[in-house]
Amino acid sequence: MKVEITTQKFGAGSILLIKGDVDMNSSPDVRSSLDEIFKQGGAKALLINLSGVRYMDSSGIATLVEAMQNCMKQGMKLRLVELSPPVRDVFELARLSSIFEIFANTGEAQAGL
Amino acid sequence: MAEDRRRKTDMTRNETGPVTLIVPSHPKYLYVVRSALYPILTDAGFGRKDARRIILAVDEACSNIIKHAYEGDPTKSITMTVAEDADRFIVRLRDYGKKADPAKIAPRDLANIRPGGLGTLFIGAAFDTVTYDTNQEQGTLLTLEKKKQRVNV
Repeated sequence: MKVEITTQKFGAGSILLIKGDVDMNSSPDVRSSLDEIFKQGGAKALLINLSGVRYMDSSGIATLVEAMQNCMKQGMKLRLVELSPPVRDVFELARLSSIFEIFANTGEAQAGL
Repeated sequence: MAEDRRRKTDMTRNETGPVTLIVPSHPKYLYVVRSALYPILTDAGFGRKDARRIILAVDEACSNIIKHAYEGDPTKSITMTVAEDADRFIVRLRDYGKKADPAKIAPRDLANIRPGGLGTLFIGAAFDTVTYDTNQEQGTLLTLEKKKQRVNV
C-alpha cells in the first residue's frame, strides 16, 4: 500500500498532505519529504494535513515526533491539520493530542502565522 | 453418527477458524495482514474502534518481529493464525528468528516524548493477555488474546 505525499507552499511555509497508510513500510517516504522541507529551511511554519491517512502506526507517530523536534530546532511552528478518525485514535492511545498543535482545517491552521 | 453430528455442531458453535496467513518478513506485507484481519474482526462482532486497535496491535507485533527477530531481513516469514471461541479472540504470531526476551519488552513512559517505543503500549492496550513463548526450537510464538465481552463500539 503506497502513501501519497504532496507538498504545497503558502506564505509562511509548507503544507504536507499525506494520503494512504503510514506504517513501517511508508514512514521512510514521509520522513524523506519532511527532510526536503527542513533542508530548504527559512520557513516559519509547517502544516501536515492528515485527513487522508487511513492508518497510522507507531512508526508514523515517531516520524511526526521527529518532525516536531526538527521544527523546534529550526524555530518553525508545526501544526497538524484534520486528523482522520484512525489518526485521532492512535493519538488518543499515545496521549499525544496535547503535545501537538492540532487544527480542524487548513484555514484555521494558517491563521496568525 | 448422531453423536458425531452433535460434536461437530458443538465445535461450530464454540470455535471458529483458525485462519492462517503466512507473509514474508517485508514491511510491505503488513498491509496484507491488516486487510486480512478487518473482515474477521467485524465478523467476530468487534466495533470499528476495537477492530482498529486490534489491527494496530497485530501490525506493531509484526513490525517488531521484522525489526528485532529478523533484524530487517525481508526473506523470512511470519505466520499469523487467528481463532476465536465464544469468549476470546486469539491471534498467534510465529517467527523463526532471534528469540524475544520478554524481560526487555516494556511500554515506554508516555511522559517521555520521543520517537519510538509505542508498539508495546499499543499491543497491551488492545489485548487482555500477551504471551511470548520462547520454548520453541527456533524463534518465538506470540499469543495475543482478547476477551469478547470487553468489546467497545
